[in-house]
Amino acid sequence: MKYTAKAAISALALTVAGVAHAEPQAEVLHWWTAGGEAKAVAVLQEEFSENGGTWTDMPVAGGGGDAAMTALRARVLSGNAPTAVQLKGPAIQEWYEEGVLADISSVAEAEGWADVLPAQIAEHMKCEGSWCAAPVNVHRVDWIWANKSVLDANGIEMPTTWDEFNAAAEKLKAAGVIPLAHGGQSWQDATVFETVVLGLGGPEFFQKALVDLDQDALTSDTMVKVFDEMRILRGYVDDNFSGRDWNLATAMVMNGEAAFQIMGDWAKGEFLAAGKVPGEDFLCAATPGEGYLYNVDSFAMFDVDGDDKKAGQELLAKLIVGPNFQKVFNLNKGSIPVRTDVSLDEFDDCAVKSSEDMKASAENGSLLPSYAHGMALRGAQSGAITDVVTAHFNSDMSSEDAVKMLADAVANSM
Amino acid sequence: MTDVSATPTAAAAARSQGAGMKTALRWGLYLILGLFAVYYLMPLFVMLTTSLKSLEEIRTGDLVALPREVTFDAWAKAWSGACTGIQCEGVRPYFWNSVLIAVPGVLISTLLGAVNGYVIAQWRFKGANIIFALMLFGCFIPFQVVLLPMARLLGLMGIAGTIPGLVFVHVIYGIGFTTLFFRNYYVTIPQELVKAAKVDGAGFLRIFWSIFLPLSIPIIVVSVIWQFTQIWNDFLFGVSFSSAGTQPVTVALNNIVNSTTGVKEYNVDMAAAIIAALPTLLVYVVAGKYFIRGLTAGSVKG
Amino acid sequence: MAKWFETHLPKIVLAPSFIAVLIFVYGFIGWTAWVSLTRSKLMPRYEIDGFIQYDRLFASPRWDTAMNNLYIFGGMFIVISLVLGLILAILLDQQIRVEGAIRTIYLYPMALSMIVTGTAWKWILNPGLGVQAMVQGWGFENFKFDWLVNPDMAIYTVVMAAIWQSSGFVMALFLAGLRSVDTEIIRAAQIDGIPTWRVYTAIIIPSMAPIFLSAFIVLAHLAIKSFDLVIALTGGGPGYATDLPATYMYAMAFSRGDVGQAASSAMIMMMVIFIIVVPYLYSELRAKK
Repeated sequence: MKYTAKAAISALALTVAGVAHAEPQAEVLHWWTAGGEAKAVAVLQEEFSENGGTWTDMPVAGGGGDAAMTALRARVLSGNAPTAVQLKGPAIQEWYEEGVLADISSVAEAEGWADVLPAQIAEHMKCEGSWCAAPVNVHRVDWIWANKSVLDANGIEMPTTWDEFNAAAEKLKAAGVIPLAHGGQSWQDATVFETVVLGLGGPEFFQKALVDLDQDALTSDTMVKVFDEMRILRGYVDDNFSGRDWNLATAMVMNGEAAFQIMGDWAKGEFLAAGKVPGEDFLCAATPGEGYLYNVDSFAMFDVDGDDKKAGQELLAKLIVGPNFQKVFNLNKGSIPVRTDVSLDEFDDCAVKSSEDMKASAENGSLLPSYAHGMALRGAQSGAITDVVTAHFNSDMSSEDAVKMLADAVANSM
Repeated sequence: MTDVSATPTAAAAARSQGAGMKTALRWGLYLILGLFAVYYLMPLFVMLTTSLKSLEEIRTGDLVALPREVTFDAWAKAWSGACTGIQCEGVRPYFWNSVLIAVPGVLISTLLGAVNGYVIAQWRFKGANIIFALMLFGCFIPFQVVLLPMARLLGLMGIAGTIPGLVFVHVIYGIGFTTLFFRNYYVTIPQELVKAAKVDGAGFLRIFWSIFLPLSIPIIVVSVIWQFTQIWNDFLFGVSFSSAGTQPVTVALNNIVNSTTGVKEYNVDMAAAIIAALPTLLVYVVAGKYFIRGLTAGSVKG
Repeated sequence: MAKWFETHLPKIVLAPSFIAVLIFVYGFIGWTAWVSLTRSKLMPRYEIDGFIQYDRLFASPRWDTAMNNLYIFGGMFIVISLVLGLILAILLDQQIRVEGAIRTIYLYPMALSMIVTGTAWKWILNPGLGVQAMVQGWGFENFKFDWLVNPDMAIYTVVMAAIWQSSGFVMALFLAGLRSVDTEIIRAAQIDGIPTWRVYTAIIIPSMAPIFLSAFIVLAHLAIKSFDLVIALTGGGPGYATDLPATYMYAMAFSRGDVGQAASSAMIMMMVIFIIVVPYLYSELRAKK
């Protein structure tokens, strides 16, 4: 009896001691497993260790996070959720509704996130008013990349309207250059589609059609025109585009085999890795039209037991939004810091332009979430739209049929 | 069961009357076999040549061509330097996890299959066939279906994210096939053998251990090869039911190969893929002969 | 007591496996059936809500494509693998000098996972990089082989890669069968002056009926589970032209957060499997009585 009491007390003492010196622990599920991305995450891990934390890496790559989401579901169902998970867009709120996310408001308030993050992006990090995720970066999706010497040789300027783009493409085609480098994977089709929606319809239309899923917008004449343009673009792509990875399409632009590519700013990483210089070897510009489509990576914190893990979450959240990580990570990954107070001195011209455009768009209301990269809609709806976009792009479906199918698919996905 | 020789007896007998085929026909035969060999080797050829090229050459040259300059850098990197997350230790650390999963998984499922097959084939009781049919149908369940409920049960059992958990899953979904192999093999053994042994006073386990197991080498080889291939190459269970530190080599390979927004190193990808496949390739090359023998003995008369 | 134990030992030994199968196969099918009647989204929920998921499923053009592809893919894959496997086995059974090596070459694809052989296949089949470019390079400018990028033909490239992977295994099964045919009967037939091809079609091949069944069960199992293959080779594209039910279900459950829809597609898949496999099981078990 005496012995057990003593044991109980010492156990208690141990627990108390544990609270006092809870060593931050974090098991992090992410899909940045290779190249610059992996290096970028490694920076975070180093900072985490320097602050006394223990980082357990749980990388699962594949399908833009599909495999990681499979693993995440299995982990949550088995009652063994990872501490922090790479999640983004409305998926954060979806997981919150399942009642599995932790509240990190205390860190966010202590660090003053509300003052340094653009308001619209901060909204993505909140679940019913409290903070539940930490943003990492801002990728701009509506970029058009070009091979400078190919454009110069054919006397072409960076297009500012879709008509100009079409004219330039015709000229390039006649000259025997592939106008548009593209990979026929559904997410790449969707990426081009959303830039066309933004360019032809404008920010307001984009908001109605691809964020609010307004049936009138989805079935409007503007949407028919968008599909018409998609059909025209299909003619500017070479025959072998199907299944091509995006980076191989980027390589085509680099080699001068193709002139343009429409892709988010991760494509810049490929150019830079090959030793190309922005402004000299390749050009970056926003796709024709006004507006800015963002794709923000973030980490959501899951509800876990144990003070060490909770301490880990707080430390991790603090470091992710901290200025140092924001700078180093984004230099590695091609994106820009989500904090507005980080100096961009070391960033390249494309990144500086991205940052300036983001500020301007935030002011005039044309800062919009990317549908193709899971920022605007939940998986079921964005998937339904992508199905139609990719089916249209890869067949000879008429624009009218596509619009009708789009409306049906969206309704069926609810 | 009686004749396990692997000599081309049927054909030998079939041709014995017209001794010596025409040479032309013979050449044609070799030509056809050779063409098929090209078809089967082509992807491996592409993988091998790519793994021996430098990244610069891949970026600029044809993907399907011989390397201009052979380099083993990619192999070294894939084995111990490629990043699979923030750790850049290649596929090496994950290799061991796969071994820890595959070896017990193969042994336990094979043993269970042997015992099950023995009972179903030799100790028939009412309903044994229905049980067998139910188990066999289990082979066909698509694994995507079982992921979510399995995750829940593994959590309740307290083995979620562990190597024993993964072994458990592989055993469960392996016993359908192993039972099929052994049952079809044992069903060819005359029932009289068991009857005679019983008269001599041998029991259920004793008969299995001293009579049936020694007879089972060929089919054990088949079962081991099949299960080893399945478990070693599994990705879906590996990715769903592992946690940090227990991920098998296929998950590591996938992490190397799938960089969503980074630079792709195809030479390293291919080298990693070949390395990850070496154990199964080795099993097929070394045990292939026994595999055919085992099949000869097992499935044919089943 | 000991005697009771001894007589029931076979059943006791079988019981753990049987119970495991009941729970982990049939229990899970039941669970899936239940979830298919709910409005489960990101995670499974358990409030029954009728057949809404099935209505949605049958309204989806993508599901139609997936089912059609399963018939095309499954049918062609199984038939061609069987025929090719048999032909290769017969050819290889003609006292070939390097039989061991050739056999290994035919068999090895089964040892590889599709995660990366998919990439190799993607390059080989890509018109700009692979076979088409190569043959055109030889001077045959009009040679065309662009199935991979043609939505109507892409499913056949999946069939090609699948056959590549499995036909060697079928060859091994048949080779084993050829090696165990009773030589006495064949000799007798030859003494009667029956030509070699007749010996094959009338005696040897029919005697291998059980192997056709074993091969069929292995191939059907692979066809239904073909998942890595499609993901690695075409990613379901162009568009969703090469989607199969397994990839559809996976996409719904894990990338789209539509677990209810995934469960309903899984149930339809299970029904197809049931229709195909049960007659096989029935005949297999009846023959053994």
